[in-house]
Amino acid sequence: MSMLHLEYQVPGDDFTRAGEASGDVKHKLKKLGYEPDAIRRVAIAMYEGEINLVIHGGGGEAVVDVDPDRVDIALIDQGPGIPDVEQAMQAGWSTAPDNVRALGFGAGMGLPNMKKYTDEMTIDSTVGVGTTVKMTVVPGRKG
Amino acid sequence: MTINDLAQACGWKLLAGEDGQENEVDGCYIGDLLSWVMGRAQSGNVWLTVMGNLNAIAVAALADVSGIVLCEDSALDPDAKKRAGMQGIPVYGCSPNLYQTAVSVYEQISGLAEQLADI
Repeated sequence: MSMLHLEYQVPGDDFTRAGEASGDVKHKLKKLGYEPDAIRRVAIAMYEGEINLVIHGGGGEAVVDVDPDRVDIALIDQGPGIPDVEQAMQAGWSTAPDNVRALGFGAGMGLPNMKKYTDEMTIDSTVGVGTTVKMTVVPGRKG
Repeated sequence: MTINDLAQACGWKLLAGEDGQENEVDGCYIGDLLSWVMGRAQSGNVWLTVMGNLNAIAVAALADVSGIVLCEDSALDPDAKKRAGMQGIPVYGCSPNLYQTAVSVYEQISGLAEQLADI
């Protein structure tokens, strides 16, 4: 059992609500007194994950477990899956459509940013079934 | 210096988020690709961009920038204006382009403008 367990539903194709979950987590971590660098890393990685759920996953679920020495984030969708995870991890690789690029996304920086700002990250994806991304931020590491 | 002081010195107009006007500025970042900006802008930076949508406000909030300056008279979307107000993210507008605005920011935060005024 974690100290604080949070669950959020992220609706698909609704860019206006992306950032609500990561904003709420940021707010709660601030209240709990986490160091600013760790809060920033959690917020950035989680927002990128939320945007991925909106653009690619058809929506999904964000589950966050907060403990004094670590924050675990899981982003779960039942979307199309990622055929080639290694390729998707390359900076600049993107399958985002033009309307998404017009909003300022789709630069192929989402997954690389998530990896850059977290201490651990795993992607479990099956084409036609969905994708689960798990990330961990440890305060005091990286940064 | 505060973003309000910087805005007055540079002639920017406040569009939203007046609660954040006392945020301190110690640097500047320029960009329109949101993930790029979010990964690289530093806390305390003033962010110069032409992206005035709701997601830009979310990025500003999550990356802890001091505020947003929409250059070249780029528009702030109504829903973004509302969210900036709710979250206290100061958003300013100006006519000069990104480069000219960055030069003005440099002159102010480096103290160059003050030195030149004394000559």
